[in-house]
Amino acid sequence: MNILALIGAINPVAASGAVVILIGLWGVLARPNIFKIAIAFSIMETGVNLLILSVGYIRGRTAPILDSAADAATATIKMTDPVPQALVLTSIVIGLAVTALMLSYAVRLKAGKDGSSIEAWGEEKW
Amino acid sequence: MMRKVLVTLAIIGFAFALLPMVFEAGTPDAPGGLASAYLEKSPQDFATANVVTAIVVSYRGFDTLGEVAVLFAATAGVGALLTRKRLGLTEPDAPKTPSTEILYTATNLLTSLLVMFGVYIFIHGHLTPGGGFQGGVVIATAVLLNLLASPGSHVAHSVMSAVESLSGAFYVGLGLLGAFLAWGFLDPRVLPIGKIGALVSAGSIPLIYSVIGLKVGAELSAILDALKGDRE
Repeated sequence: MNILALIGAINPVAASGAVVILIGLWGVLARPNIFKIAIAFSIMETGVNLLILSVGYIRGRTAPILDSAADAATATIKMTDPVPQALVLTSIVIGLAVTALMLSYAVRLKAGKDGSSIEAWGEEKW
Repeated sequence: MMRKVLVTLAIIGFAFALLPMVFEAGTPDAPGGLASAYLEKSPQDFATANVVTAIVVSYRGFDTLGEVAVLFAATAGVGALLTRKRLGLTEPDAPKTPSTEILYTATNLLTSLLVMFGVYIFIHGHLTPGGGFQGGVVIATAVLLNLLASPGSHVAHSVMSAVESLSGAFYVGLGLLGAFLAWGFLDPRVLPIGKIGALVSAGSIPLIYSVIGLKVGAELSAILDALKGDRE
């Protein structure tokens, strides 16, 4: 079956990451509430992290930590790619900083005018 | 109407851009050259059991220093944006509703355990999954519980900035020691690297990850305190 082979070729982690990115993108573009826009950015970022992680995963291999499952001699043939994991660690921390800043700008905007809808700021509307 | 069409087009375009990755991610059956070199060299170079820690703290240590600087800048930004004056709060707040007995008692029980767990995570960063950032976040959850349990209270600002600046200075100091005593800035081989799997091993990596943990814990606590929105 052609369709079954096609579905079998999908990487489930990358696919869920892509779906989460699209949900976040929809939230950023279509929601009027600025707090929801900030949260949608955070959701999109989670999807990007999943996608980066899925690139370094190798089926049947173990985490890049030396223990009884893989020692220093067999590391290169038994472990997954550690570079995307290190990059995602950085990406999560930067994402947290960006989300905190976005939310505090949202709080300030809400305190400045009534409501938290982006429609209240004409110059931001498209 | 126009907006809905444009949003749909943007999402479909992104979906097509992501489609090849969904099929190709994870298909190679061996890590690339750089990753193989890291996997092979890091146990010999630094005696770290956790290869990701070796990459984050030493091979790409300069990135991590920049990352900590970004987190500091964000903390400063949040603190500057969310003060009572800037939010237009002039009158003092009405007294806050006290938290429930359950939350208060649980907080007293859990605070010390959470801080201990956070310290455990960042001290063992070179041996187990985890490290400075994860441990710092666990410590910040203890601060969050305390802020929830006594809504009128504040994090001691002077203590937090002292912890933050001292650990930042210690981090850069360890990096400079690496430049003078070992092979480069942030090289962990200023201390003996020891044996793989021992708590005291991997040179200065546990020390660097501990100061990162303290710094991240202090910064996130400051962000949580500022996000309450009633700081002077």
